[in-house]
Amino acid sequence: MANYNDIIDNCKSTKGGIIEAFHALQEEFNYIPQEALTEAARAFGLSEAQAYGVATFYSYLSVEKRGKYIIRMCESAPCHVAGADAVIKAMEDYLGIKVGETTADGKFTLELCECIGQCQATPVISVNSKPIFNVTAQQIPEILGQYK
Amino acid sequence: MAEEMRVLLKYADHINPESAEDYIKVGGYEGLKKARSMERKDLINEVKRSGLRGRGGAGFNAGMKWSFVPPNAPVKYVVCNLDEGEPGTYKDRIICEKNAQALLEGMAICGHAIGSDQGYIYCRGEYPFVVELLKNAIASAKSSGVLEGFNIEVRMGAGAYVCGEETALIESIEGHRGEPRFKPPFPGVEGLWAAPTVVNNVETFACLPYILVNGAAWFAGIGAEKYPGTKVLTLTGDINNPTYFEVPTNYTLRDVIYKLGGGIKNGKKFKAVQVGGTSGAFIPEQNLDTPIDFDSMGAIGAALGSGAVLVLDETRDVVDVVTRISKFFEHESCGKCNPCREGTFRCREIMEKINSGRGSEKDMDNILLLAKVMQKAALCGLGQAAPIPIESTIKHFRHEYMRKVL
Repeated sequence: MANYNDIIDNCKSTKGGIIEAFHALQEEFNYIPQEALTEAARAFGLSEAQAYGVATFYSYLSVEKRGKYIIRMCESAPCHVAGADAVIKAMEDYLGIKVGETTADGKFTLELCECIGQCQATPVISVNSKPIFNVTAQQIPEILGQYK
Repeated sequence: MAEEMRVLLKYADHINPESAEDYIKVGGYEGLKKARSMERKDLINEVKRSGLRGRGGAGFNAGMKWSFVPPNAPVKYVVCNLDEGEPGTYKDRIICEKNAQALLEGMAICGHAIGSDQGYIYCRGEYPFVVELLKNAIASAKSSGVLEGFNIEVRMGAGAYVCGEETALIESIEGHRGEPRFKPPFPGVEGLWAAPTVVNNVETFACLPYILVNGAAWFAGIGAEKYPGTKVLTLTGDINNPTYFEVPTNYTLRDVIYKLGGGIKNGKKFKAVQVGGTSGAFIPEQNLDTPIDFDSMGAIGAALGSGAVLVLDETRDVVDVVTRISKFFEHESCGKCNPCREGTFRCREIMEKINSGRGSEKDMDNILLLAKVMQKAALCGLGQAAPIPIESTIKHFRHEYMRKVL
């Protein structure tokens, strides 16, 4: 696993690049660990509070530990009318967790999100940012079963 | 008139969007060549004369926006808004996936017009694959030499709807929380890192090469007189063809839904259409013969916005859909200004009360009053537009609310 100091160093020359650094950290750890946040604040000349303010403003960034696979369910209006509620329910049942939680084995985190811009094929979920189209409640065990 | 008119998407799926060479083979980068042969002032006037207005939703004349940039400022920036967070919208993704080089060319044209050699594309966090595509497209354009000294950097957002607002977007590029700034100063005078900055939507930039090649008069002659050109629309909801179309701006909503969209799914009847994304008004059957252009939509109390078209069939519960939308705005309000932070919270609270059968007519009066306050007092478009779906449905679908109130 890459060292977070190296990840942050790579973004340091980018003006205003703390969000880029957070993306890169999440790419490696799936969340922004506390020590990495402190280091990023130092590298970009911000107070820790300011860096924390940035990290918690954006819904894609998380300062809480998350699973290996982050499932995001779109619940904006086009997915809502296409049956998002039933898909959420099916995922909660299959994973045995509620929205916002991570499975005990650390594999899946289930999150809600707003529109991910794939409205030609609603309802849509994404797993680690990869969109999956026209999802039905019945398909959930098959779809999520592919993630080992 | 039932045909599409493809300008930006003419070579969709026929060229590799990453390849500058492919694009040059179909006439690409001729517009930039022509722009570079013109004086800056003449170029801005040409864009003004074309009548091109912002395709992101505000509909401001693009050439006019550019003319606010002080020519003698030492550093200026060109910023492309690819944050399209408006639910139901994916037209900017389509433009990038089909014709990314036209966006780069458009940005370089703007760069020449305002005297900037640095562009930024702010791409929403939901599109990491578009970020990759654009980086490859930029590398291809760079190696073919067409961009000359103009640089473009791609920055990725991180899931905040409010960053579609141009000053919030600028804050986000600077590495801050994406909260809108007080205006004035406008970005054209003081934008990114306090330097004069033009922020335009993907579709606005992508129109520019075609305007330069074919002339301002050609563009001004397409579609609606006061909002000329084509518009890329994305159809969602209860529609037979949920896909994207490019149409002239005088195309009517009815033709969008019944001709291109193939009508309502499963043989059901039409109930309502929401145009412009989740902040748009719901439009009833009697207004379907309205052309989609900015001013015609405004005249019926709606907006073209981003060009998203969400169709609801006769079985849909309008109050339930609007309740869901009110949750969206509560979630996406950045919290900087009180009218939006509190207003979106109360809108959601009252809508849930009505939707669950616990509301009264008094609640409807209160929410309409709150809507007025938000429209007048919110700092940015988010808070100002948030109550529009509520207001428009109380106006056109009052009977559906009355069924649910005590």
